[in-house]
Amino acid sequence: MVPLVAARAPLGMFGGALALVGVLALGRFFLALAGLDPGSAFGGMGSSREMTLSALAEPTMVLAIFTVALSAGSTDLGRMVRAGQDAGWAALDPAHALAFAALFIVLLAETGRLPVDNPATHLELTMIHEAMILEYSGRHLAFMEWGAAIKQLVLMALLANLFFPLGLAAETTPLALGRGLLWLGAKLLLLAGAVVLVEFTNAKLRLFRVPDLLSAAFVLATLGLVSTFLFR
Amino acid sequence: MLALAIALYSLGYARGYFGRKNVGVLGALFNLLALATTLVVAAESFWLFLIGWELMALTAYCLVSFEHEHAETRRAGVLYFIMSHLDAVCIILGFFLLFQTSGDASFAGLHDVGARMSPARRDTAFVLFLVGFGIKAGIVPLHTWLPAAHPVAPSNVSAFMSGVLIKTGIYGFTRVVLDFLGTPPLWWGVTVLTVGTASAVLGVLYALMEHDLKRLLAYHSIENIGIILMGLGAALLFLHAGHPLLAALGLVAALYHTLNHAVFKGLLFLGAGAVLHATGTRNMEEMGGLAKRMPHTAVCFLVGAVAISALPPLNGFVSEWLTYQALLRGFSTTESLVRLLFPLSGALLALTGALAAACFVKAFGITFLAQPRSEHAARAHEAAPAMRLGMALLAAACAVLGLFPALLLQWLDPVTQQLVGVSLSGQLTAAGGLVLASPGAQGGTVSPLGLTLAGVCLLPIPLGLWLGFARGTKVRRGPTWDCGLSGLTPRMEYTATGFSKPLRMVFKALFQPRREVQREYDFSPYFAKTLRFESHVEEVFEERMYRPARLLIVRVARRVRRLQAGSIHAYLLYIFITLVLLLWWTA
Repeated sequence: MVPLVAARAPLGMFGGALALVGVLALGRFFLALAGLDPGSAFGGMGSSREMTLSALAEPTMVLAIFTVALSAGSTDLGRMVRAGQDAGWAALDPAHALAFAALFIVLLAETGRLPVDNPATHLELTMIHEAMILEYSGRHLAFMEWGAAIKQLVLMALLANLFFPLGLAAETTPLALGRGLLWLGAKLLLLAGAVVLVEFTNAKLRLFRVPDLLSAAFVLATLGLVSTFLFR
Repeated sequence: MLALAIALYSLGYARGYFGRKNVGVLGALFNLLALATTLVVAAESFWLFLIGWELMALTAYCLVSFEHEHAETRRAGVLYFIMSHLDAVCIILGFFLLFQTSGDASFAGLHDVGARMSPARRDTAFVLFLVGFGIKAGIVPLHTWLPAAHPVAPSNVSAFMSGVLIKTGIYGFTRVVLDFLGTPPLWWGVTVLTVGTASAVLGVLYALMEHDLKRLLAYHSIENIGIILMGLGAALLFLHAGHPLLAALGLVAALYHTLNHAVFKGLLFLGAGAVLHATGTRNMEEMGGLAKRMPHTAVCFLVGAVAISALPPLNGFVSEWLTYQALLRGFSTTESLVRLLFPLSGALLALTGALAAACFVKAFGITFLAQPRSEHAARAHEAAPAMRLGMALLAAACAVLGLFPALLLQWLDPVTQQLVGVSLSGQLTAAGGLVLASPGAQGGTVSPLGLTLAGVCLLPIPLGLWLGFARGTKVRRGPTWDCGLSGLTPRMEYTATGFSKPLRMVFKALFQPRREVQREYDFSPYFAKTLRFESHVEEVFEERMYRPARLLIVRVARRVRRLQAGSIHAYLLYIFITLVLLLWWTA
């Protein structure tokens, strides 16, 4: 559903941005249930925190997507990307910049990166994602981690292509697709660099400080929305 | 409209009959309630509507108080009785305002009567109807009877009340406002949209704080009524701005959500009823591990939980998607600051959806997963075949309504045709009805069926990997890590209250939780001998609005009591004064 290499997503017809939010939520729903199932206190704690934080991140995500969708006139991701391409440099208006900042914070929260969750620790005070999957091992664990990695890739690609639709293949020739793939790699590397920079320079936030960060993201998204109202 | 409404509601009825035991009085009353509800939606004139409305209120009161040996049930019954008569008063007054202008009580005669009324009168009628039907539908802050009455009623009755009874409020409101009152002014739409958003968010937040399974579901009814009102409010705003097509979109979103909510909430209440039947308790903290003991109920409840959390590919997702599309289109159609309201309520709808998902992770996880937390739960048994069949039927309906929305959206055409003059289903569907599209050239499309098929097609990749890695490996099952202690007990499991703790802290300005900790210890507070912990959340509205009102009524009643002192001379005097006044009035 998310345009990765080409400007047209193969499953774009089946659902746009809102369906993407829904599908990600579906995965999270069952992962949280899996966290509750072993009956250990850690799993329950992880599920509880995950659902809390994602509940706070979701309005921001939808609001930011709305902001971009308003200028594109559609919630279809392919169309949103192409509208960005058509606009060229004009796409870099305050609304998009603010929505990008908001979505970036959501990306950090949803994929369990450092100021929100620390993927490298198993300390009960801090862990969120790791707490849910603590009791799983072997193939089960492998699939859960694979799912988390795909989610991260999808969200990062969404951010990269929605706001910087450079180099996306307009037609489906092998050459164009290859070039699109190279561009995608480059953009993802840049974005990953930004995430790493944030992780380097920030310590993990206390759990009850995270809502402040997420409400800041919400305010950014709202400002983005208001600026579409003011500048158009 | 009528044929449609009946079709819509008869889907709800089917559920009740498959429900639990229909013994004697319960069965008779239940059928009477079903009849009254049909009467309400089928009525062609105001008088018949009122008769049905009152019959519905009375039978529902009897059903709520069915288990009248409990004090809690009696209190809930009386509260419901008072509230349903308040709403009847508002509705009758509102209709009289309309009647004065039209002089005709049939619905055909009342059509578009608002155009002939003075604005002040029209607005008064609108407010009266909003309050009257709002009480029945359970919008915040008029919802107090709902979480009191639903849990104490027998489960099939709560399924019916939540699925169908409160929808008559929505039906009445839609009918009156869109059909009778004419083109709405701006503030009507704004009010309805705001009230809807507030109901949705507050309903789900209070639901999160509940650990009584049926009260939790009752609060979710308030949330879903809020979502329905968001669609309706958007429709009113579009009508004001003169976009009948988009108004039809908002209306379709609201009505489709009405139908969907009836189906999945009925399913969830029946599931809760089965659990109640098996364990004898509504308290989630005493459940757990039921998925192994009642697998069929667990699967059905899970389907309902996914549907109500608005997750694809089930029906809740489809109607919320329609609501999102309506809200998104609102931004470019209205001109004033009001248009910021649309995306903001869209964001709050997202918050509602995510919180509902959190709430149902809690409800399903604590009730059905992990180890049993009490003796009753450990001895639970699967529900009777008839109950299972009822639940399976509704679960299947959730899937069909989600996967093939286009088929059912056609039925809504007559409604939109009558109320806003546009039929929409042709524009809502694309690719032979398998894909749902937002009307207009490039709104956006979604196809739950397509998503499911794509998922099924991609399934071989993980499945192949799964089997590939499985070759030559041995599965070793170990117990859950107990941190080196001597075994895990169910007391160490995460509880429902614990699960919602972070959200209670985040929204503490609203909940104002009260907690009390008492510990006794010998030498260090870390080695407590006994520990008592109490935590309590009370509704803001209960405290700030209803308690003062109740006190006021009691105080006034005390004053009035002096009139009835038991002295026959005083009574004779009252009669005489009344007679004189009446004579003077008529003269």
